[in-house]
Amino acid sequence: MKMVNIKIDGKELQVPENYTILEAARQANISIPTLCYLKGINEIGACRMCIVEVKGSRSFQAACVYPVSEGLEVRTQSPAIREARKVTLELILSNHDRSCLTCVRSRTCELQKLAEELNIKDIRFNGEMQRKPMDDFSPSIVRDPNKCILCRRCVSMCKNIQKVAAIDTVERGFDTIVSPIYNLSLNEVPCVTCGQCINVCPVGALREKDSTEIVWDALANKDLHLVVQTAPAVRVALGEEFGMPIGTRVTGKMVAALKQLGFAKVFDTDTAADLTILEEGTELINRIKEGGKLPLITSCSPGWIKFCEHFYPEFLDNLSTCKSPHEMFGALLKSYYAEKMGIDPAKMFVVSVMPCTAKKFERQRPELASTGYPDVDAVLTTRELARMIREAGIDFKSLPDETFDDPMGEATGAGVIFGATGGVMEAALRTVADILTGKSNEDIEYTEVRGIEGIKEAKIKIGDLELKAAVAHGLGNARKLLDRIKSGKADYHFVEIMACPGGCVNGGGQPIQISEVRSVVDISKERAKAIYEEDRDMPIRKSHENPQVQKLYKEYLGEPGSHKAHELLHTHYAPRESYPDIP
Amino acid sequence: MQIYRSHVLICNDSTCAQLDSGKIMEEFGAQLKKNKLENEVKVLTAGCPGMCEQGPVVVVYPEGTVYTMVKPENVKEIVEEHLLKRKIVKRLLHKDMMEEGDTPAKALDDTKYFKKQLRIALRNCGIINPEDINEYIEHDGYKALEKVLTGMTPLEVIDTVKKSGLRGRGGGGFPTGLKWEFAYKSQDDEKYVCCNADEGDPGAFMDRSILEGDPHSIIEAMTIAGYAIGSKQGFIYVRAEYPIAVKRLDIAIQQAKEHGFLGENVLNTGFSFDIELRLGAGAFVCGEETALMTSIEGKRGEPRPRPPFPAVKGLWQKPTLLNNVETYANIPVIILKGPEWFASIGTEKSKGTKVFAIGGKINNTGLIEIPMGTTLREVIFDIGGGIPNGKKFKAAQTGGPSGGCIPASHMDTPIEYDTLVQLGSMMGSGGLIVMDEDTCMVDIAKFFLEFTVDESCGKCPPCRIGTKRMLEILEKITSGKGTEEDIEKLEILANNIKLSALCGLGQTAPNPVLSTLRYFRDEYEAHVKEKKCPAGVCKSMIHYVINEALCKSCGICARNCPVNCISGQRGEPYVIAQEKCIKCGTCMVKCPFKAIFKNV
Repeated sequence: MKMVNIKIDGKELQVPENYTILEAARQANISIPTLCYLKGINEIGACRMCIVEVKGSRSFQAACVYPVSEGLEVRTQSPAIREARKVTLELILSNHDRSCLTCVRSRTCELQKLAEELNIKDIRFNGEMQRKPMDDFSPSIVRDPNKCILCRRCVSMCKNIQKVAAIDTVERGFDTIVSPIYNLSLNEVPCVTCGQCINVCPVGALREKDSTEIVWDALANKDLHLVVQTAPAVRVALGEEFGMPIGTRVTGKMVAALKQLGFAKVFDTDTAADLTILEEGTELINRIKEGGKLPLITSCSPGWIKFCEHFYPEFLDNLSTCKSPHEMFGALLKSYYAEKMGIDPAKMFVVSVMPCTAKKFERQRPELASTGYPDVDAVLTTRELARMIREAGIDFKSLPDETFDDPMGEATGAGVIFGATGGVMEAALRTVADILTGKSNEDIEYTEVRGIEGIKEAKIKIGDLELKAAVAHGLGNARKLLDRIKSGKADYHFVEIMACPGGCVNGGGQPIQISEVRSVVDISKERAKAIYEEDRDMPIRKSHENPQVQKLYKEYLGEPGSHKAHELLHTHYAPRESYPDIP
Repeated sequence: MQIYRSHVLICNDSTCAQLDSGKIMEEFGAQLKKNKLENEVKVLTAGCPGMCEQGPVVVVYPEGTVYTMVKPENVKEIVEEHLLKRKIVKRLLHKDMMEEGDTPAKALDDTKYFKKQLRIALRNCGIINPEDINEYIEHDGYKALEKVLTGMTPLEVIDTVKKSGLRGRGGGGFPTGLKWEFAYKSQDDEKYVCCNADEGDPGAFMDRSILEGDPHSIIEAMTIAGYAIGSKQGFIYVRAEYPIAVKRLDIAIQQAKEHGFLGENVLNTGFSFDIELRLGAGAFVCGEETALMTSIEGKRGEPRPRPPFPAVKGLWQKPTLLNNVETYANIPVIILKGPEWFASIGTEKSKGTKVFAIGGKINNTGLIEIPMGTTLREVIFDIGGGIPNGKKFKAAQTGGPSGGCIPASHMDTPIEYDTLVQLGSMMGSGGLIVMDEDTCMVDIAKFFLEFTVDESCGKCPPCRIGTKRMLEILEKITSGKGTEEDIEKLEILANNIKLSALCGLGQTAPNPVLSTLRYFRDEYEAHVKEKKCPAGVCKSMIHYVINEALCKSCGICARNCPVNCISGQRGEPYVIAQEKCIKCGTCMVKCPFKAIFKNV
């Protein structure tokens, strides 16, 4: 990369020519406030907080989008710049619902932080405030337009990254709001409930639909047998809510906290992930052997499933019929476990702690009730669990490590890696390779399907078969991959798709990291690193070697793909309405 | 070709068309036939000669007699008197055409209205039939294109435009030749030429007139630009509210293609260029170049930060040249007559002419084209005919909602880009609104702010919220509730929005407030300190009273009051119930004894 010489606040710098002023300033440890900017996702220069003085320019320029060039001279601080930033921030605040004390983002709000940093003591320019009704009809996402500051990160995320475009800016001028088309509810448009919009929102305008009250009520109900299961991605992120570094593994503390909260049993969804691999692996082998519909596409990510139903109904037959792991687990808890423990399934309450908001939508699908009762009764996101732990006064950091309960507390490394993009693929490959070759393979780390590249492809030699696989994460990448398959430009045996960029570690229910952090840390990568460490530390790393899963088949299900397995562990899909055409 | 002894040109622009110029046309046909003159006199549709207030306008050549405010029933008289008996119908003549005494028939160019004008951009408007390419060709049309394609290199074309000193006529006044050069230098497999015909300033219709009266000049200029920068595709972004312009552009593009001036292999030179129309949906901000391009791309019309400039990354991220209609209209003439000729007109830094739409409190409203450097005084008093009803001139507003007010004290400043900016206004696209002593300057600032608030796209907070807050303060001041602190806040907001807003629209939105604060601060202060509107415009600060001594208790005021707030009885003076009065002023107008007064 060609370097250019520039001057920021008198400091002479040499920076790559493709840098913006903001990037150059950060390299020189000069801090410029930002608000709408989110690296790689929203770089539109809209909020005017990062304005700087560029020599020769009449007005101030947005540092986040202004490209550097040879000889560029910039000032990031002056009384005029400070005043202009203050005026703009006061204007934003003058039209912002400032009920900060009761806001879900009270400690993590970027607007609050900025107001503090810019030393805002008074709002000089008060006036009419936008008042729009709250949209809480979606089972996953709550939208509060009165807190929205129109930074458009959510719009960029939904439209440009996820290519769903459920929301956009509508109306103009002071009346502008971010909304689904025709001011409909998110529930009435093809929102896939992935919740990525929540993760990028700098304020409290987007949040998950709260389930903590339901769970508190259930915990207080002595007639209920309350069990909880936790997804793999939760354990590598929950610690962030308590100030621990990104990528800290807190599996033991998490289990301890859940026990302290009063759950009768704490289970590991990873066990069901292992089960998924056996069911899905069998499905894959059968389809390959019997000439079934290929590629087989994974079905663990409910945001992806909803996306497929809305936008790619022609691929519904490609989807694995496997329920997502926590739904499998729920069905088994209310059948196998209930029978074994002698509990009336009607008196059971299954809570799933998930990195995901789409699981909230998934939970209430009518077909996911194999025992006549919903497989899962409540879904908590990682953030909601953290809130409950705080509310219960639990000192999370000093908790001792505890272990998951039996039965079905044992999991494998294969189950753990479900949390990162490529993980389901890798877990499946570990099992499929052993089944097809009839031996236990030593080489089980399929690094070609790991990593943050949007679409990953691999050809894996298993015995006589060269298995063609592809992995996509983020729905924009899914679109690209599906279009390639549709047009015949690519063909695969097996495809993994996760709705969220980075996979479940970066799910819509995970702890929120602000723009400043996301500019320097790839949170998906750090959390995924922890996932793979967890995998490496597991004594068993292949799903089919999970003794509890083996026992389950022996005692209850028979074999993978059996009638009973189908009854409890499999589901079906149906096309949903979509927009006519999204570019 | 048939030779006619007389030609009748009937303006069929938007304004005149609304005033039945179509019927007038038909009536001429009928009357000529009746008088057996159809082979001697030719009736033609033409573009706008500019005197829109006087429309419909009918011009009879070779005399150049201008009949104004013609009605269908007047046609018979014009045909029978003028065309048959060669006697001019003085009653219908344009008022400037009457000389002292009674001898009419001054030439059009000698009238006060036209004498100080110089029509370059408007050269063909009102003279040719815009729907007939042959008439354009007869008036040197497409000669410039031929000259460029057969004898000039792209760099020579750009050099010519640079030497002419032509600057953008749409707002900022950026040197046109430089813009062309930037677009030329940007290397890419695809480039675009765009024409900004999204004229949006309130009261401005310069571009509409050119598009309606001389559409081929734009097509020719864009094709020349395409050749100069190396582009094959042009887009004209025109307001959907200009249906006649759209129709004529459509016809013109079709005809140009049929004649080989547009499309594949233009004039058999191997150069290909095509033009497509894109209709704007009425957002003012789409006149801003980056928003315009975003809109052409099919997205929500919103500006984006610059750099990158359109010449580097424009439409679909490709190098794009964007000029406005009037800028393009100058190009063919510059090519044909040479840059030196063009540069000899105007002032040192502003060359050529500028078209203005003059309106407001002025006698001759309409479209004028003047050499740069003409003073405001000449425009208002010589061309515009002064202020109606003997009122005093107070200020002129140029540049639309992005511009500012120029007070009477600066009336002798020559009109050019830089002087207008120095005065706190700007050239803008050419709207010029004249205000007399009865105009409240705070109210005027509020009017423009209302427009900007309405038209803000909502992308950046300074414009989205800031202009709204400014408007709220102006509303407070004009309703008599303002404080001195409000004026201070207004200034803080104005200065910061100017510096911080994302696009030109936002950055210039405070100009109407800043310029009125600069020249008429006393009016703001009167509103907040004394709660008085010196011009008597702001309703909350005026009231109507009946002078007891003058009132004859006729009751006419009471009968005409729309809210029944005037009462009284015979023999006693009438009284206005102030708390009910809506200050419409009807009573004052209706009182036959002038007994009702407006108290400021």
